[in-house]
Amino acid sequence: MSEQHPFGAPVTFRIGGRPYEGTYGDSLLETLHRYGYEVPSLCHHEAVSAYGACRLCLVEVVDKRGRHKITTSCNFPVQAGIDVLLDTPDVVRHRRVVLELLLAMAPRSPELRALAAEHDVPGGRLEPDESAEDCILCGLCERVCREVVGANAIAMSARGTAKRMTTPYDAENPACIACGACVYVCPTRCIGLEEADGKRTILRWGRTLPLAVCQQTGRAFTPQFLLEHYAKKLGGLDEKVFRKAPPYR
Amino acid sequence: MDLAKVDRIVDKYQGSPAALLPILQDIQAQENWLPREALQRVADKLQVPLTRVYGMATFFRAFSLKPRGKHICTVCMGTACHVRGAPKLVEKIERDMKIRAGETTPDLEFTLETVNCVGACALGPLVILDGTYHGNITSAKLDKVLKGIGRTK
Ligand code: FES
Ligand code: FES
Repeated sequence: MSEQHPFGAPVTFRIGGRPYEGTYGDSLLETLHRYGYEVPSLCHHEAVSAYGACRLCLVEVVDKRGRHKITTSCNFPVQAGIDVLLDTPDVVRHRRVVLELLLAMAPRSPELRALAAEHDVPGGRLEPDESAEDCILCGLCERVCREVVGANAIAMSARGTAKRMTTPYDAENPACIACGACVYVCPTRCIGLEEADGKRTILRWGRTLPLAVCQQTGRAFTPQFLLEHYAKKLGGLDEKVFRKAPPYR
Repeated sequence: MDLAKVDRIVDKYQGSPAALLPILQDIQAQENWLPREALQRVADKLQVPLTRVYGMATFFRAFSLKPRGKHICTVCMGTACHVRGAPKLVEKIERDMKIRAGETTPDLEFTLETVNCVGACALGPLVILDGTYHGNITSAKLDKVLKGIGRTK
């Protein structure tokens, strides 16, 4: 198949039996979303690479030979001739178990609770892990920090039951520019951002940076260090640009 | 740790970021653990983020971020060894050495670690002391083995 269709080639495949156009190698989840199909997902974002950690985006794929398999769709490449079945009894059952496990990791997350309710996840079978910090180890924050922001402030450390998202040595990391992208992208909102007294703190990473004041309005708008980071990254820009908040530039 | 030693190791691999793993292995082999300054130095020299170095250093069991002792005692806690009394052995060593599994005595002489199956289940319970495998071990035999390195209490 891959010989006939190089990555990026247009292919036809089916969703629930209906023919659709797609691009070979594209994320199946993104393609499904583009066509308006609802598939729940927690660890995927179009801006970053697929990771397949939350296991929520399950679909059933029927290949050309008629074999069925359950797979995560975010990291499954669209390819010619497959039929993608959504919400089959198997998918529904597996998704429920996945949600049950995720909920045990993040028992306080309103987002997860809502999802669990929506998918009729039975409660009470697993003891919620109270020390779990509501992190489901989806790795979105780390991918955004590394792939989009380029700050590389956090890392998945250790593995197995000891696996955690942290800064190195759990210490304040000078690489963090307190941009808040991780806070924004976190599906369980377990990172947290606070602004007070001209400073911004990313709660989970213990990073506090003073905010720059906009020359136009006199209001604090973003960490000074962040502005310097981007001034350096973008290069060649008049640094006056960064003295004002975006609407006044 | 002497950072010049880190530099020498990194230079041996031409400062290639792809060699991060063998570099960490070499430091671990030389120092018996990975000191924080060493990891920072490796990150700086290879120009990779510290997060990557830290992630790798915490991922593999072969690396230790805490100083390890001169003698390393590993008790197998795999299923076979477990049912044959490995937890009792661990408890005994913990009591005798006054450390917990994963810890090192304050004099940096002795480290106690556990692993899950070393693939010699027929010999269980199994204790590995400084690379030597001692099979079918009992509490009394353990005392004898530990006496060999001058540690019994
Ligand atoms: S979105 Fe696919 S595994 Fe998380
Ligand atoms: S369980 Fe100890 S060697 Fe396998």
